[in-house]
Amino acid sequence: MTLSLLLQHIVNALSLGSLYALIAIGYTMVYGILRLINFAHGDVFMLGAYVAFYGITLVSLPWWAALLIAIVLTAMFGIGLERVAYKPLRDSPRISIMISAIGASFLLESLGVLIFGGRPKGVPVPEVLSRVIRIGPVSTVVISLIIPLFTFGLLAVLVYIVNRTKTGMAMRAVSTDIEASRLMAVDVNRIVSFTFGIGSLLAAFGGIMWSFKYPQLNPLMGVMPGLKCFIAAVIGGIGSIGGAVLGGFLLGGIEIMIVAFLPTLSGYRDAFAFVLLIVVLLVKPTGLLGKRQTEKV
Amino acid sequence: MKKAVGFALLAAALAALVLACGPAAPKTVKFGVFEPLTGANAGGGALEVEGIKLANELYPTVKVGDKEYKIELVLADNKSDKVEAANAAQRLVDKDKVNVVLGSWGSSLSMAAGPIVKNAKVSAIGLSCTNPLVTKGNEYYFRVCFIDPFQGTVMANYAVKNLGAKKAVIIREVSNDYSVGLAKFFVDSFKQLTGDENSILAELNYNTGDTDFSAQLTEVKKFKPDVIFAPGNYTESALIIKQAKELGINVPFLGGDTWETPEFIDVGKQAVEGVVFSTFFATEVPITETSKVFLDEYRKKYNKEPAAVTALGFDGYLVARDAIQRAGSLDKDKIREAIAATKDFPGAAGMITLNEDGDAVKSAVIKTIKNGQFTYMATVEP
Amino acid sequence: MKTNATASPLKITRNRLYTLIALGAFVVLAIVADLFFDAFTLRVFNLCAIYIVLALSLNMLNGFTGLFSLGHAGFMAVGAYVCALLTMSPQLKDMNFFLMPMVPWLRNVTIPFLPAIIIGGLAAAFVGFLIGAPVLRLRDDYLAIATLGFGEIIRVLITNAQPITNGAQGLKGLPRFSTTFTVWIAAALVTLFMVLLMRSSYGRAMKAVRDDELAAEAMGINVFKVKVTSFTVSSFLAGIGGALLGHMITTIDPKMFTFMLTFNILLIVVLGGIGSISGSVIAAVVVTILMEVLRFLDEPLNFIVFKTAAMPGLRMVVFSILLMVVVIYRQRGLMGNKEFSWDMLTGLFVRKGRKGGTNV
Repeated sequence: MTLSLLLQHIVNALSLGSLYALIAIGYTMVYGILRLINFAHGDVFMLGAYVAFYGITLVSLPWWAALLIAIVLTAMFGIGLERVAYKPLRDSPRISIMISAIGASFLLESLGVLIFGGRPKGVPVPEVLSRVIRIGPVSTVVISLIIPLFTFGLLAVLVYIVNRTKTGMAMRAVSTDIEASRLMAVDVNRIVSFTFGIGSLLAAFGGIMWSFKYPQLNPLMGVMPGLKCFIAAVIGGIGSIGGAVLGGFLLGGIEIMIVAFLPTLSGYRDAFAFVLLIVVLLVKPTGLLGKRQTEKV
Repeated sequence: MKKAVGFALLAAALAALVLACGPAAPKTVKFGVFEPLTGANAGGGALEVEGIKLANELYPTVKVGDKEYKIELVLADNKSDKVEAANAAQRLVDKDKVNVVLGSWGSSLSMAAGPIVKNAKVSAIGLSCTNPLVTKGNEYYFRVCFIDPFQGTVMANYAVKNLGAKKAVIIREVSNDYSVGLAKFFVDSFKQLTGDENSILAELNYNTGDTDFSAQLTEVKKFKPDVIFAPGNYTESALIIKQAKELGINVPFLGGDTWETPEFIDVGKQAVEGVVFSTFFATEVPITETSKVFLDEYRKKYNKEPAAVTALGFDGYLVARDAIQRAGSLDKDKIREAIAATKDFPGAAGMITLNEDGDAVKSAVIKTIKNGQFTYMATVEP
Repeated sequence: MKTNATASPLKITRNRLYTLIALGAFVVLAIVADLFFDAFTLRVFNLCAIYIVLALSLNMLNGFTGLFSLGHAGFMAVGAYVCALLTMSPQLKDMNFFLMPMVPWLRNVTIPFLPAIIIGGLAAAFVGFLIGAPVLRLRDDYLAIATLGFGEIIRVLITNAQPITNGAQGLKGLPRFSTTFTVWIAAALVTLFMVLLMRSSYGRAMKAVRDDELAAEAMGINVFKVKVTSFTVSSFLAGIGGALLGHMITTIDPKMFTFMLTFNILLIVVLGGIGSISGSVIAAVVVTILMEVLRFLDEPLNFIVFKTAAMPGLRMVVFSILLMVVVIYRQRGLMGNKEFSWDMLTGLFVRKGRKGGTNV
């Protein structure tokens, strides 16, 4: 492999990895506090992308305005979803809440088909974001450069919120012990809603970025990214924000490099994500950064 | 079990109450529309249903002998799922007692219906399912499209003769029977035409639903092929071509009939300009009188350009209607024979003649995309 | 149901009599169904039996051993493929493998259905054992996601192993061995097996592991061994169910065995009651029939006063909501983790008694 090809592969890996990382953060936030695999995360992701799409096409908003509105609406939706589908089950066995999450996921997908239609839609990507940049033999798109900036920006903001603010402290308290934090006068419901809001906000943002990078929408678009990013979050150590980012980059890197070095195995690409997951779980069940309590939400 | 049966009866009674089905017209012929309306293939199913519905609006009746029957469409969602598909098909033939089944988008779903229509001796007409297995060994399954072996040859011919290509790279959607089959026929034909066993530089794979193809495409860059053959779902294909352009790959992309959907251009935009693919019909050169009618009416109703599979949906309906008229009876075997005897039937997507397998032998059309429009290039006779 | 025939020694004769009558009535029903039902009703009727097998096999894990597994579709795929490849004739295989010739050692093998389905089940069990041994060290949601992952891996492998499985093309024309009697005998055997298993010391060990792993360990139960055994046996049953399903539809392909299929079975288990054999059986029947009965939801609805446009997908919305409502408001499902018994009916209406009683 020539150096220029290798460089291109690395750029591809970073660009894919940063997108995975962005979505994995949302997973990790929610899991960290509720110990709940939010199977519907990928569908909230889909919803965010659709809302932004309709904002741009139907209401002809400028893309940044559509993005902001979609994020806010989706965050509110996420909070509502938690209230309806998860809150009544907070004290139930974990299997129940997981089943509810799976049900919510299927519900959103079927509703997506019902409301948005099964046919995919092309996304009008803003010109600024879809421009191609070539540096020597390596080329990429503007959006691929912006996503990592956001990923790291959000990483910094969230780590700050969790570790340095009062709300963050409450979040950590709830994550450690819901009952005990209630006794310490933490408003558990408010904290859970807040976390879900942030999680859904991140999912929506991730969904919109995804749809700008891969400009097509369909009601099932969240399934694969949802699974992959969950894997990324688990690899990194679920509950750890830094771990989610690390896991995202790791997964992106491995997916690209498998195809780069073993092109005949390209058909098995989706399986590798799961193989990686299982290997990591077996070797280090808490994930790579899972133990670091300081960053745990 | 009685509970179940009782429950079913109760539910059926309730359903009947809720759905006062309107005055039941006694003189109806029923066409079962067996399509994925939900699930992964919902997009394709919707396209075909559009065509069938349009045909039903234009030609709502059929003459059997000297009696005029109204044609009723009975929709059954096969949910893009084989188990459901078998149930849906069984329901159509047994419960709804349809006279003909139309569909389904997706060869594997059609195959699930295969043994059912065969047992019930109800003829089925596939619309765009191009997998040879659908009609093989099943005298009750027909189709109004050509099959993959022909299509693969057409594109290989184009690559070698028109583009002068000597080396090709294949990008396959490995979990899609259509893509795998078409790729294989292209490879065989391409090797034969170039006389070079090593003319296929690489076969790269991806899975249905993937969105990032940068790794596969960076590999393609290494091989420097003359042409890339990438048949597959239209969304995935559009993304592949878009990402290829972003990586600076300017090799011509070739594909198959699935590309001819408005969404392909909608997703691919600028990037899909100049791609070449084979398909069933061209809006510029209406092959038959029916094509003209279809185009005019479709444009009037939907105010956009139709997809090729929509035309095939239209054709499937017409072939079934024509066969029933020719049979002059609603007898299952007479209908089957009449469909099998379809010869030079002017469909919207070309003249239809069914061969002994029940597959349509018809011309293919080669198209490209120019200024955001599907543009006719050539017609290839079988 | 036969469960209680020996469970309440005082009424042993009466209950046993009821059970026998119910069984007899059911056998008659099956024969009547096979002879007189139209093909569609019969298909749904038989599908119920297959879903009973599948639901019981998933319930064995989720309900009785407390292992939340989401990879069932993968084991079904193994069973279905192995069984199909063993029963298809060489000519049939040649017709299917038109893209790429099949590996010769497998092409020429054709064996009868019974050994084939057992080998299919054993193959699924073997895969289950291989997977179970490492992943069963994980707990709860990690286990769920790991099994989901393995289900996907199996599917990807089948898709790519073209010379053996025919890849994405799938297989068509499988001999139609899943007749009314085959599937219902299978369902009856599996039900009986589950009932006996749950009464044995093994079954009690499973429940002990589910209720409290630490306590079970302290009682001298080899928790890991129980988990692996349960996982393996469940995979075996899933393989059998998959093989039956394949030979009923007579065509299989990798796309059939996605998470969607696991979801359907999970729906049955949850609605019936996690940890209840009779619950799974009843729910399998009800859900399978409902899936068909509710089909009208996808069509235009006519409420006499007003009409709605056709809304394809509404049915799945209803099912998802149903699942969530049950989980949220009636977590234990239809039966909870209790079993159906004749005594349960004593205080109930006669009508209700008849309803449940014939569900074998």
